[in-house]
Amino acid sequence: MLSVNHTEEVIFSPELITKFNEIVSRYPEGRQKSALLPILHLVQAEYGWVSTAAMDKVAEYLHLQPIEVYEVATFYTMYLLRPSGKYVLEVCRTGPCCLVGAEKIMKYLEEKLGVKEGEVTEDGLFSWRGVECLAACGMGPVLQIGPEYTFYENLTEGKIDELIDSLKLKTAAKPADEIS
Amino acid sequence: MARKLLLEHINVPGINTFEVYRQQGGYRAVEKALKTMSPEDVVEEVKKSGLRGRGGAGFPTGMKWSFLAKPEGKPRYLVCNADESEPGTFKDRFLMTHIPHILIEGMIVSSFALGANTSYIYVRGEMMPQIRILEKAIAEAKNAGFLGKNILGSGYDLELYVQPGGGAYICGEETALLESLEGKRGNPRIKPPFPAVSGLYNCPTVVNNVESIAATVPILNEGGDEYAKIGIGRSTGTKLISASGNINKPGVYEIELGVPVEEFIYSDEYCGGIANGKRMKAVVAGGSSVPILPANLILKTINGESRLMTYESLADGGFASGTMLGSGGFIVFDEDQCIVRNTWNFARFYHHESCGQCSPCREGTGWLEKVLHRMEYGHGKLSDIDLLVNVSKNIEGNTICPLGDAAAWPVASAIRHFRDEFEWHVNEPKQAMERNFGLAHYADPLPKPETV
Repeated sequence: MLSVNHTEEVIFSPELITKFNEIVSRYPEGRQKSALLPILHLVQAEYGWVSTAAMDKVAEYLHLQPIEVYEVATFYTMYLLRPSGKYVLEVCRTGPCCLVGAEKIMKYLEEKLGVKEGEVTEDGLFSWRGVECLAACGMGPVLQIGPEYTFYENLTEGKIDELIDSLKLKTAAKPADEIS
Repeated sequence: MARKLLLEHINVPGINTFEVYRQQGGYRAVEKALKTMSPEDVVEEVKKSGLRGRGGAGFPTGMKWSFLAKPEGKPRYLVCNADESEPGTFKDRFLMTHIPHILIEGMIVSSFALGANTSYIYVRGEMMPQIRILEKAIAEAKNAGFLGKNILGSGYDLELYVQPGGGAYICGEETALLESLEGKRGNPRIKPPFPAVSGLYNCPTVVNNVESIAATVPILNEGGDEYAKIGIGRSTGTKLISASGNINKPGVYEIELGVPVEEFIYSDEYCGGIANGKRMKAVVAGGSSVPILPANLILKTINGESRLMTYESLADGGFASGTMLGSGGFIVFDEDQCIVRNTWNFARFYHHESCGQCSPCREGTGWLEKVLHRMEYGHGKLSDIDLLVNVSKNIEGNTICPLGDAAAWPVASAIRHFRDEFEWHVNEPKQAMERNFGLAHYADPLPKPETV
């Protein structure tokens, strides 16, 4: 499944290009393709998702065929191929977390946010999805939020309430922060 | 009190910083190796230690190193596998979060031993906070002269980089990891050639797990012979065990290999017993891929001997009545857990994570998931049980990489040991939807299981 089309032209900022260049310098000459995964992470952090237009630009930057970028972006689960909520809550749904209540947490999130897995809330703030093992089985249930993949452990319904409230507050506070 | 080699200083405040780590004797192994030893000496010490790959396969690390080809004019690479994704395993996350410098130190001595001048730590992309921690640790080590050109005046150069993955269990398989590090889909390669001959960028490469690399630090400090004195038989040294599920104290524990399983589960030093006053039903001892065992068989082998936390003891009885130490992902199930539901959950995981290259795995994992789903939700038939066994047998051994086996074993073992629970799901679908089978019959040892 490839992304929905994104017609706006993507122009990477000079700051982003500087970061790309540093990543490419980690590999031997001619092996710049190795930078593809880290660069796609940077693109997603910048735009919130990875559009076809952005992938085409990445291909151009790394001297690759666009298909070489598409096939990678569609293979790995972390790359979001369509616009999502500002905060994507990714809950671990694998065995060990389910032993300690992950399924209940997902059900609660669905009720609380009023959207199904993969959908975006009306205010554009939240979406959620179940993801496979996040290697934190002893702290389950767990969820993470990109692009920095902040981690929330030993989840309860109360902790979900607090988390969602704090994220809403954070967003509401943003304009004031920017003025100051 | 058991000896701690990796987590000895875990409770020292600030141990995640270079300064404190150094004060606690950190980077001594680098000084020792680079100033007093040849690369061959380092390989020899690791061989003597008997260290076995801590990622799951348990292959002797020193031997893996000695296979590395050394053709003229080609660089050699060391790649650390920090793609920790095996359900039940979270020890590498713990180590990298709290004591990142032991991994950096291990990378330096291991790279020196292998003659690598550029090394990569491939960390799963979801561990972005750990990636930041490692990058900071690398900068600190470089600043102190332990990385870069002419380290400690030895003439040895090393650059170390952290590479994020993109979210794919399969990249924990070493050749898939190398493909991913080259910027491609994580499709495992056909072996041979082995990475030791043709790995990253077609150059000789060693891929080792985080814990294996960290273990080279105490091995060099104490000497391989000393390290080998810990443990039993061919299970030498200490091992990090990730304990999760229905226990009082989930977490990461460093054990001396050879601790009795019963002590590990019930003593307060480790898991602290089953949570909420319940009883133990089953254990997956080495990450989701290894066979599940019912309570009686995890505590004692089929011959009635006490089961120990070693590669050999856990495997005692083969797959008929034993399991594997694997990655040390120790998942405990209490009496309320449904084996069919958990098996379906694991099957969904492997179906989701199959790279799709080999038909038996791509199609087979899908069928396992589908059939288990219908059993769990009350639409199963008795013939489905044999169908599951059949499908899992057709996957096992017929794929390029071990993911196929990893998908097949949990299903086959769940049916081997809990067939009556599967049958109950078929015969009493309504009850199965409402409550769990419980563990009534596990109060007594099970009849000797037939080999599936």
